[in-house]
Amino acid sequence: MSAAAAPAILSRRRVLAGSGALILSFSSLPPAAAQQNAQQQKGGKPAGATPQLPGDLKKSPLLDSWIRIDANGAITVFTGKAELGQGIKTALLQIAAEQLDVDLKQLTLITADTSRTPNEGFTAGSHSLQDSGTAIMNAAAQVRQILFAQAAQRAGVPAEQMKTDNAAVVAPNGQRFGYGELVSGDMLHVQAAPQSPLADPHAYRVMNHAIQRVDIPAKVTGVAAYVQDMRLPGMVHGRIVRPPSYGAKLASVDTAAVEKMPGVLKVVRDGNFLAVVAEREFFAIEAMRALAVAARWQETAKLPDAGNLAAVLTGLPSQDITVLDNQQQSAGGGKSLEATYTRPYLSHGSIGPSCAVAQLDNGALTVWTHTQGVYPDRDAIAEMLRMPKEQVRCIHVEGSGCYGHNGADDAAADAALLARALPGRPVRVQWMREQEHVWEPFGPAMVVKVKASLDAGGRIADWDYGVWSNTHSTRPGPAGALLAARDLASPFPQPPPKPIPMPEGGGDRNSIPLYQLPSARVIYHFLPAMPVRVSALRALGAHMNVFAIESFTDELAAAAGADPVAFRLKHLGDERAREVISTAADRFGWAARPRQTPGRPPGHGYGFAFARYKNLAAYCAVACEVEVERHTGRARMVRAVAAVDAGQVVNPDGLVNQIEGAILQSMSWTLFESVTFDATRITSIDWATYPALRFSAVPNAMEVHIIDRPGAPFLGAGEAGQGPSAAALGNAIADATGQRLRDLPLSRERIRAALGA
Amino acid sequence: MKLNVNGQPHDIDADPRTPLLYVLRGDLQLNAAKFGCGLGQCGACTVLVDGEATFSCVTPILALEGKGIVTLEGLGSNDHPAPIQRAFIAEQAAQCGYCIAGMMMRAQALLQKNPHAGDAEIRAALEPNLCRCGTHMRILRAVRRAAQMMQTAQAGEPQ
Ligand code: FES
Ligand code: FES
Repeated sequence: MSAAAAPAILSRRRVLAGSGALILSFSSLPPAAAQQNAQQQKGGKPAGATPQLPGDLKKSPLLDSWIRIDANGAITVFTGKAELGQGIKTALLQIAAEQLDVDLKQLTLITADTSRTPNEGFTAGSHSLQDSGTAIMNAAAQVRQILFAQAAQRAGVPAEQMKTDNAAVVAPNGQRFGYGELVSGDMLHVQAAPQSPLADPHAYRVMNHAIQRVDIPAKVTGVAAYVQDMRLPGMVHGRIVRPPSYGAKLASVDTAAVEKMPGVLKVVRDGNFLAVVAEREFFAIEAMRALAVAARWQETAKLPDAGNLAAVLTGLPSQDITVLDNQQQSAGGGKSLEATYTRPYLSHGSIGPSCAVAQLDNGALTVWTHTQGVYPDRDAIAEMLRMPKEQVRCIHVEGSGCYGHNGADDAAADAALLARALPGRPVRVQWMREQEHVWEPFGPAMVVKVKASLDAGGRIADWDYGVWSNTHSTRPGPAGALLAARDLASPFPQPPPKPIPMPEGGGDRNSIPLYQLPSARVIYHFLPAMPVRVSALRALGAHMNVFAIESFTDELAAAAGADPVAFRLKHLGDERAREVISTAADRFGWAARPRQTPGRPPGHGYGFAFARYKNLAAYCAVACEVEVERHTGRARMVRAVAAVDAGQVVNPDGLVNQIEGAILQSMSWTLFESVTFDATRITSIDWATYPALRFSAVPNAMEVHIIDRPGAPFLGAGEAGQGPSAAALGNAIADATGQRLRDLPLSRERIRAALGA
Repeated sequence: MKLNVNGQPHDIDADPRTPLLYVLRGDLQLNAAKFGCGLGQCGACTVLVDGEATFSCVTPILALEGKGIVTLEGLGSNDHPAPIQRAFIAEQAAQCGYCIAGMMMRAQALLQKNPHAGDAEIRAALEPNLCRCGTHMRILRAVRRAAQMMQTAQAGEPQ
């Protein structure tokens, strides 16, 4: 791989002079267009942005920010989002191919790059299709319309009589105009219109088809596909000696011996930042190890009691945010329940430790990184190096799956610092396993306390819910978000944490049940103090809030003597929610599940859970069966059936892949995972001390059923499965054992203790 | 040192203590074997040594002279994918894909010895390899499909 050349900038000549912008009339907009346009979007609205434009056209309203066509007919699609293994490249290509009416293979896709693509912030929050997919869909449809208008003008026939076929517009007499011939000058350098003549969802050729992913063949044949695989001419290898614990100070280090080691080019020390660069990777690792032995650190014991996290978190000073206050005089009359649920800190634990390559060339820095946000990472790195932003370019290159804010941005900063120390040389930095495990920002520990009572008819009468959590985002933007920047001799301070506001929320994400509750209160106890480094982990607070809400819903159903699925449906008016629940229940065979022995295999149990991600994205319901081994406490998911409604589907197999992955990953968090620490250091430093899902725990069978919603707005689904799978598993274990476990992980030890075995 | 990788002899100028992984990735510029942990805990670096699935991250090249080393690149290529590669593509058995080369090599080792391996044997064989994206259901399907393809090939029928 090598640095990609910047695209040719189209000339400013306006082909359709006069109006200064192309005005298109769309007489027959399909209903989908209006819906897509009305879709709720989040995110900042930069000055001059046009708020009514669909998706991220709001932030980058020029059509040629998204689609360019060269005179030779080459079509390039641009997205500010990044491939994280979620299949976004293929999905975005499908959207563009459908709306441009071309073959997918005729398209080139450029992803997140501060020199080439729109600024779409972070690839996070299941927003890629809503933001970028919607923008590309509308931009492509409008480009196609411009091509129609051009061809019509040339052919001298009305545009309605023209057709598209294989990247050409065809006149009724058979005359063909290739897309490349039709585009001239900066014809596509025009503002997008609020509405687009979108392809008819019922006649899709590419969208809603299970097209094979474009990136998989390279990945299964050893073609360079990851930033870890980059080899630039003259590239050298850096390794960082990270401090042994948070806030440790480098008291002394004798670097002389390391500097003489074979292949070592440079030892870099700046304050508490200590690193080495060597010609070859293994030299760099050996030098790093020698340097770690030579370094003397001053550490402070300031980590909280890991054995008592609930008390620690609820005891921290909090900023209380009222998420919902709709408390009414409760009808009451039935039972009241109260429960506390906890989640430990969780590791992203990317299989490939974070990596980046950076090169300083004639005062301009290029960083190849698997960051989720090239623009914010660029800003942070420029600030850290005190360089003008324009002199720093961040290009996204895939890494291993990240599931949120892992070490990607920090590794990029490390590489940038080392590239500055060796101008001209590309420097590749990859973290070691223990560095990733210790230094990545974890998914925050959380506590939920909930009380509710039933009315005489077995409905929930009132609901009182509190969630305690740190922020779920300490992502860059400011330099102080980067580990290395905090370690420099003139350090950048860590920015003060902020809660992510609702409706998306952070710790309070999905803290409002979707159920109809006559009286309800939800408080987010936002904890500014962060004893452990934290940030975004897939689904943010939704994993824990859905686990708590859906576990407690089962507890209430049991108190009401109701079936868990029937109890949920009784409290739900949203038809799409009801359909997802019924579909999962039917396909699982919920009603026919064996309630007791005989018929029910010993140790088996059945669980169900549901949520609409963020209460505004995809709907997902999960039913599962577990088996619990009494004497060991080992719980295994035997079978899972999910149903998902993600609005218009772009790639059904991609959606199924995401939900399957979410179920398995969430199962791993729920059964096995927990970051451990003593008073000073993180002690879960590898896969032996931080066990995770292995094949012996994989279910026998899994099904994902998609509810088809042609033409409906895209609803992000990448994180929708996390909460429901955790809760379905907890509910199934409760069903199997008769014991309700409320502290994650639902480990063997805890289950065995609960069973008194 | 001389190493035989993917059927080709190579003169390697590296410290004999160097783990094979760095020689494959650095000296021979092969991408498939990945650094995941360097500790023998995740399997991202798995290659075949004389047909045995081996963690290349903890195997010094010292031990490898005269042995046949095979990486994913040695099985097939993007233009001519091997059965196991075709099976993984057909099942779309990847999310990020970082773990997948290691998975395929471990599965290949099993199926070379026993193309009739059943589900339980496949699961047991893959136990050392971690996938963090949760692609397990597809990986299992892909290995079963590869097994079928190899059985067909063994039976002499065209694939
Ligand atoms: S990298 Fe070799 S086992 Fe993890
Ligand atoms: S596919 Fe990403 S780690 Fe397995």
